[in-house]
Amino acid sequence: MPAYSLLVNGRRLTVEAAANTPLLWVLRDNLGLTGTKFACGIAQCGACTVHLGNQAVPSCVVPVSAVGSQPITTIEGLSATSTHRIQKAWTAEDVPQCGYCQSGQIMAAAALLKQTPNPTDAQIDVAMTNICRCGTYQRIRAAIHRAAKEA
Amino acid sequence: MRRREFLQITSAAGAGLLIAFRIPDKHGVAPFAPNAWLRVDPDGAVTITVDKSEMGEGNHTALAMIVAEELDADWTKVKVGPVPENPAGWSRRMSTGGSTSVRTSWDILRKAGATARAMLVAAAAQRWGVEPSGCSTESGVVAHTGTSHRLSYGELAGVAGTLPVPANPPLKDPKDFRLIGHRTHRLDTPSKVNGTAQFGIDVRVPGMLIASVERSPVFGGKVKSFDGSAAKAMPGVRHVVQLDGTTWLGSGGAWGVGSVSGVAVVADTYWQAVEGRRALQITWDDGPNASLGDIPGKLAALANEPGVQARKDGDATAALASAAKKIEAVYTVPFLHHATMEPMNCTAHVRADAVEVWAPTQNQSRAQEVAAEAAGIPKENVRIHTTLLGGGFGRRLESDFVAEAVRLSKAVGAPVKVIWTREDDTKHGFYRPATYNRLQAGLDAQNKPVAWTHHIVAPPILIKFGPLQNGIDATLIDGAAADLPYAFPNVFVDQVAADLPAIPLGFWRSVGASQNAFVVESFVDELAIAAGRDPYEFRRELLQAKPRHLRTLELAATKAGWGTPLPAGRARGIAIAEWEPTVCAEVAEVSVAPDGSVRVHRVVCAVDCGPVVNPDTLEAQMQGGVVYGMSAALYGEITIENGRVKQGNFTDYPVLRIPEMPVVEVHTVNSADALGGIGEPSVPPTAPAVCNAIFAATGKRIRSLPIGTVR
Repeated sequence: MPAYSLLVNGRRLTVEAAANTPLLWVLRDNLGLTGTKFACGIAQCGACTVHLGNQAVPSCVVPVSAVGSQPITTIEGLSATSTHRIQKAWTAEDVPQCGYCQSGQIMAAAALLKQTPNPTDAQIDVAMTNICRCGTYQRIRAAIHRAAKEA
Repeated sequence: MRRREFLQITSAAGAGLLIAFRIPDKHGVAPFAPNAWLRVDPDGAVTITVDKSEMGEGNHTALAMIVAEELDADWTKVKVGPVPENPAGWSRRMSTGGSTSVRTSWDILRKAGATARAMLVAAAAQRWGVEPSGCSTESGVVAHTGTSHRLSYGELAGVAGTLPVPANPPLKDPKDFRLIGHRTHRLDTPSKVNGTAQFGIDVRVPGMLIASVERSPVFGGKVKSFDGSAAKAMPGVRHVVQLDGTTWLGSGGAWGVGSVSGVAVVADTYWQAVEGRRALQITWDDGPNASLGDIPGKLAALANEPGVQARKDGDATAALASAAKKIEAVYTVPFLHHATMEPMNCTAHVRADAVEVWAPTQNQSRAQEVAAEAAGIPKENVRIHTTLLGGGFGRRLESDFVAEAVRLSKAVGAPVKVIWTREDDTKHGFYRPATYNRLQAGLDAQNKPVAWTHHIVAPPILIKFGPLQNGIDATLIDGAAADLPYAFPNVFVDQVAADLPAIPLGFWRSVGASQNAFVVESFVDELAIAAGRDPYEFRRELLQAKPRHLRTLELAATKAGWGTPLPAGRARGIAIAEWEPTVCAEVAEVSVAPDGSVRVHRVVCAVDCGPVVNPDTLEAQMQGGVVYGMSAALYGEITIENGRVKQGNFTDYPVLRIPEMPVVEVHTVNSADALGGIGEPSVPPTAPAVCNAIFAATGKRIRSLPIGTVR
């Protein structure tokens, strides 16, 4: 099996995996970073969202061989102490219900704010395509606006 | 064993014998654990044990609030411990469903907290040589009135543990509640915003292998033969194992398992298991269901059969015959899938005489029994470790996914985690039944309703426990028969149980009310229109004998501005439903674009669930239920062709996303009526409120779900 050198949450790590292994499963099974979730496997739901560079990507369809030198940030690496403004806003609004999709929601929202510091509702609609079956959308929207204000 | 370490007490709430273990900590100081529900450590930490799964509905926080309220605990030091691991040793069957966590635990948890508080007060009084009645408690501290004596619960825990357990400690007057009824942050939020929350899929056990299973695509089909050699040659693949299926049909009250025949590939990693699975060569025996399809047509054909009577008031047939105006309609709903975000999964480790299971389960008691059967050991030797659940909605009441993991671990002699793909999850569910409904109603010359009939045709869910009692599935008439709330003088409701045992059915968030509220509330709307009446006023008049319904309906209508002008193209619809004893009413504001697409702009939701534990969670649950109801109403449909489920992923089983999210406003009736659940009640009124609004906007009546495009 080929070996890949990955920069994950600021740490240089080497993994051995088949070239077509999705980054999601390298993170979860090889590196034990289980905060990133599997839900659809076809880039439809966003539960597996991580940052590749500054971009939010669905890690379930990114082969490990395509990562190259781009730095990877997962929910575990978003902030050392859960104090990223998105995490603080999520806590203040008590967004999560079951919580399963929330790592992906938070990573998508963090990428959105990086590119669009004060997003409108319409911009949130475009960027936040992640599915939440518990229906936390109203609080997600409120938390993004809260985080934008606190910037 | 010394008495100090092992104490048996009778549960204060009379739920049987509860056993509390007191295990001295490393300093030799015993934590204070007067009952099985809570423990106070010498450092003041309060650990509350609940026997309920947390699947997102906030019940762990709510249950902890109830104990902490009576205990007067310092909320910042409260945590919820793991769900007990041996359901067989617990005082009641362990499962989470039906929006029952709070109402079935309210009394026992209040008494548990009050018992501990009384013992801590007694310990302080003894220390100070004062009367307990002169002591007060607040935020984890006992204080003596009139002196400066103050001791924390942690400081008192050691002594309190040596005192007798009071039989009937006083409970608080609800007006003195400090936590209950106040917006309280959830205890599980911190772990759910930093990725540390542990769901079933996240379980890691030393030596664990991961499995992916190719299951029979046809209901009841079997593996005829397979060639696993190519799979076995793939990197990381350790085992290829055939799994036999089990029926979902129960017998003698025992819950059928319903695991599916297939072939498992067991590998070092998930991706290796999936790659190995793709290399399997399987020949299936599709069995007798290979051509099963057109379920709506089959249900429609059965509608000509007489049903089993579910409710009869007066003589509806005669009243219809003499009615001045008669309306009739047919309503249909499709099968639905739960579609939890976390796909089914389970980890099991079978040893010679013991089994450990790590599962995101709503049903620990049944999981334990199923695991014991699969492993062939007594259930007392099975430990069920309950993880967080990435959604439940009723799907995780089943134990098919537990049986698979246990059988695979037993077969390969190592811990195995089985992870389902989204397609596995969608195609091998336990579906909300499709139903066919024929309704008739009559109005007299003054446009007053005189008769209501409802003929329900549906495959029954309850055969999962064995043959139906009296031919009736009580879940299929939820909200349509005994609890039909309207004052119709003549009512006849009956049910035809369709014989379609091939299709596994289950309890879907709000169960029978999910379809019957749509049917009943839509047809009531039709009746109001036929009577030339305002749909809200028409309902009000017919709910005069139902005060809980009436005040909830009125609150929703008032807050929604019923009757006030809306922007052009928008219209309102109203609906109400009971999830006993909770009542929920909703007003939806909807517009329909020229292309027929539906936009729900706003939903005003009023709820009477009796006393509210955590208003913040109530709001979240009501919003979430509306979203769940909207996903089903707009898009949800499982279709069966050639004995298989056609849908597989969110591409063909779409659900609501943020751009479609309406503003959902939640208003609570200030009620001291019976405590009710909150996890399900806002689902049922959503579809009819939206459909009634579509009618108001377009004149088009939606009689078949999903709505899709309005034409």
